[in-house]
Amino acid sequence: MEFTRKDLVDIASLSPEEITAILDTAGAMKEVLQRDRKKVPTLQGKTVVNLFFEPSTRTRVSFELAAKRLSADMINISASTSSVTKNETLLDTVHNLEAMQADYVVVRHPLSGAAALLSKNCRASVINAGDGAHEHPSQALLDAFTIRERLGAIKGLKVLIVGDITHSRVARSNFFLLQKLGAKVLFSGPGTLIPDSFRELGAEVYENLDDALAEADVVMMLRVQFERMQGAFFPSQREYARRFGLNMARLQQLKKDAIVMHPGPVNRGLELAPEIADGPRSVILDQVSNGIATRMAIFYLLSNEEAAA
Amino acid sequence: MSEKVLLDADAIDRTLTRIAHEILEKKPGEDGLALVGIRTGGAQLAERLQAKIEIIEGRAIPCGALDITLYRDDLALKKGRPVLHRTEIDFDLDGKDVILVDDVLYTGRTVRAALDALMALGRPKRIQLAVLVDRGHRELPIRADYVGRNQPTAENERVKLVDADDASKSALLLLPGGEGH
Repeated sequence: MEFTRKDLVDIASLSPEEITAILDTAGAMKEVLQRDRKKVPTLQGKTVVNLFFEPSTRTRVSFELAAKRLSADMINISASTSSVTKNETLLDTVHNLEAMQADYVVVRHPLSGAAALLSKNCRASVINAGDGAHEHPSQALLDAFTIRERLGAIKGLKVLIVGDITHSRVARSNFFLLQKLGAKVLFSGPGTLIPDSFRELGAEVYENLDDALAEADVVMMLRVQFERMQGAFFPSQREYARRFGLNMARLQQLKKDAIVMHPGPVNRGLELAPEIADGPRSVILDQVSNGIATRMAIFYLLSNEEAAA
Repeated sequence: MSEKVLLDADAIDRTLTRIAHEILEKKPGEDGLALVGIRTGGAQLAERLQAKIEIIEGRAIPCGALDITLYRDDLALKKGRPVLHRTEIDFDLDGKDVILVDDVLYTGRTVRAALDALMALGRPKRIQLAVLVDRGHRELPIRADYVGRNQPTAENERVKLVDADDASKSALLLLPGGEGH
């Protein structure tokens, strides 16, 4: 299929065919990353700006490497060093970047909707690298790529997402993507951290993690995002680890070829026992490697038609 | 103007046999020979050439498939992005005599991209070009070493290879417009 979008703001508006096109393209990009010389001239002369209003090393570096593997020029701007500290608005910042001929803007912002606002108001291709508790589409795509790579397909799988669903844009994006590609999504976590809206959209919710483990083909552990929690959502870290942490005893309940995922960074001993994070079921480092190939695919497929015209 | 068959299945098969002989005549007894076909038509023709060389010589030479999309010079001019395929070359290109294979030689831009893509993968000793048809209209100083057929064409015509992988069905067509080179 022909992919003709300018921006990647969310998974919710993508068609299954568009998602599959991104995953297939990521497969071809992965071949490039396995070469001795891991660089192609595809985006030579294009400029990518990483505009990060929240700290993130993993995602920022992944986008940066992806852009560089495609030969684009890359600029990093973080909120603490930008004119935002001088009260410049988000749109002003981006219009200034556009005036400097940026072709792609990768934006991470604490407010939901920031990426959508930019996509409607600038010429450059906008890629959402996480906006508030809304979406993190590139993470869901790299997760799907990793699942497909390990288990062959996504249709028909049961994917159990565990933890802080309320604050997780990763969970939202994964939920939309996996449903679109025919997987069943199960959620487990403290009742205070699972919004009812997911039940209404067809997710199965398990208050008791042990009831769901044996069914899952994929267990996706979410990071407990203390930085986003204003109130007390569960009594203590110790209780959270006991009820919703993946430990060795729980690992025994999984199907023998089920895989364990985590978007990182892992709170070791809280969501995941260290020996599981480093064990054979874990695909956490595959997720990191596949992130570069997936983001290369995103850069490749988005086209800035106005700029090209 | 309606569709015209430039080469039918038998003619394509004979042409590939002749090209296989020509390649071997220029490289007698050398071990460093390899075939690399440009996806998609060229890759299928390269496999057929590999089979013919194996019959003639009694030995298999390595054969790979090259996707040149990431090296194209017209991506920015296009509205949608062409579908990427994988490059599959599972042998070392260093020091090899590589025969690059494509179905149609037209502007030369595909071959230019293929040369860049090959050089990024290794350092062949020499690269030669084999094409099923040369239809003219070059935009770059590129010529083929082995040509199945020279076919002068008008710019608004299209040349298309169908069923390149099937010796009994493949055909090279001249079309009034639309899909093709």
